[in-house]
Amino acid sequence: MEGETRVHIGSEIDIIEARERGRTIGKLVGFHPVDQTIIATAISEIARNIIFFAKQGTMSFEVIAEGNRRGILIVAKDSGPGIADISMAMQDGYSTSRGLGLGLPGVRRLMDEFQVISIVGKGTTVTMKKWVAHYD
Amino acid sequence: MEVPILKQGGHLIAAIQAALTDADLIRLQDALVEQVGRYRSKGVIIDVTALDVMDSFATRTLRSMAHMIKLRGAETVICGIQPEVAFAMVQLGLTLEGISTALDLEEGLALLNRRTVNSNQSV
Repeated sequence: MEGETRVHIGSEIDIIEARERGRTIGKLVGFHPVDQTIIATAISEIARNIIFFAKQGTMSFEVIAEGNRRGILIVAKDSGPGIADISMAMQDGYSTSRGLGLGLPGVRRLMDEFQVISIVGKGTTVTMKKWVAHYD
Repeated sequence: MEVPILKQGGHLIAAIQAALTDADLIRLQDALVEQVGRYRSKGVIIDVTALDVMDSFATRTLRSMAHMIKLRGAETVICGIQPEVAFAMVQLGLTLEGISTALDLEEGLALLNRRTVNSNQSV
């Protein structure tokens, strides 16, 4: 599994395509089935934000390695309205759809590394990583 | 992809076969809310065994569906949430509070049968 693969996010169908792509790559990298589902769920949330707030964007997937650990890097980019107050958007409103309704705190819990860069009027880039965990 | 809705006694069973788009979920919601009236059903089972992801939209829609069906006078049981899906939902902070759930279709039907018998007796 070399290089990155990219999915255009422009409709609801693409959300399913993106999460299936993420799951497939996750499986290849050696993620536990629970983690494959967690990755697919995180992708679903972020892809839906793209559709909802920016109408369209892209999601790219890449296998990453650092020392002897392997993982997946997912980058979601859009040129939508951007998020004015990221720290507010990252606040956990207890469950979903409180706060700013972006579900970002929940997604952050699903992934190992999570970063949002957003410029109002220019767009948003969400970068997230998960490393293969060994349950033994 | 349309979700087939089966009639089983006084109950409706929505058997989800594969990943659903948001539009599919909304169509399922509309169909169930309407059919509860048409068939005078007392119980509805939504079998989500085939769903490999339940994100915030799917969870919210299922919750609304169950509430609407309740307002139409029927009980809903969601059955078949897979273990890894349950795990991801909890991590994400998603709940189905106030909604009945069951391990699988068999348990779901048993639960509905008990519920609807009890409600008949209390009338």
